[in-house]
Amino acid sequence: MHDTQLVMYDEDFRKILAVTQRLVKDANAKGVFVVDRNGQLISEAGEMRGIDTTSLASLTAGCIAATGGLAKIVGEEEFPVHFHQGQRDNLHITLIAGRIILVVVFDERSSLGLVRLRVKKAGSQLARVFEEIQKKSDQGRGAGTPFAEITDEDIDNLFSV
Amino acid sequence: MSFINYSSREINCKIVYYGPGLCGKTTNLQYIYNKTNPDLKGKMISLATETERTLFFDFLPLALGQIRGFKTRFHLYTVPGQVFYDASRKLILKGVDGVVFVADSQVERMEANIESLDNLRQNLGEQGYDLDKISCVVQYNKRDLPNAADLDEMKRLLNPKAIPDFEACATLGKGVFETLKAVARGVLRDLKQMSR
Repeated sequence: MHDTQLVMYDEDFRKILAVTQRLVKDANAKGVFVVDRNGQLISEAGEMRGIDTTSLASLTAGCIAATGGLAKIVGEEEFPVHFHQGQRDNLHITLIAGRIILVVVFDERSSLGLVRLRVKKAGSQLARVFEEIQKKSDQGRGAGTPFAEITDEDIDNLFSV
Repeated sequence: MSFINYSSREINCKIVYYGPGLCGKTTNLQYIYNKTNPDLKGKMISLATETERTLFFDFLPLALGQIRGFKTRFHLYTVPGQVFYDASRKLILKGVDGVVFVADSQVERMEANIESLDNLRQNLGEQGYDLDKISCVVQYNKRDLPNAADLDEMKRLLNPKAIPDFEACATLGKGVFETLKAVARGVLRDLKQMSR
């Protein structure tokens, strides 16, 4: 069976946001982004307001997918940590629990060592939150969402313009 | 795999345009991008070769409006159609909610269409999906060309189960939005079923 639907409630989102915001401070990062492996942005924090986060999420997922494919070719399960060094800004990308991608953007105010250290802690916190989300989903808490009530008319109205 | 976010009251779904090389998948997305209100679309990303062949994927985020207070967003992806990019195609199908199979109507591309459809079925299967169960529509593109194959013959070969299908000429935009609407409608109906 393929991946189950990801349903995130406000309480889950607040927990994820708290971890994300703390990581920005602890790692002296410019920005931190949590992205679903399928390319959906889940949470963001930091000073990088206004950047195209939708594209960032999609490309990050593409990057993780491509290197995951490469890993399998050389006999590895995954390459869970990626580091991209730029002239000013650097990207640290970590795959967490095989499902969530944590992206940290940092510049000379921080260092790779510090980011690695802080990401480790934040990563395990995020893994726990997503484990809870998964449990809720498995227990069927997603059932009875507003979508159970949508009518064909609701759907058609989306396309009426 | 759709993503329902109660915090931002959003629902995100992934639609993949699949089909043989040069059938017009990227052209579909480009037309949608050009004709969509700037408030409703994000930036279109094309990871392409120097000769503008899709190397990894094209990506276009699109907002369709609200259903019961939830913003519906669709992420449209294309795959690289060329046969040797199969590893990339498999990756892009991960987490898909709906598929548009774009067929090239030119007679000489019929074999490539069939091969690509078989490849879609197999790659979906590897990801745990069944082509007969996932929301899918067929688009017969390039109907304007003089060497276009007979439509009934194409339907027989590519759409034996008579799922929703559309004639199109993506360069002129004919059939492009009809195709998109049909697959989006199918995805939302699936979501409704899953929520029950």
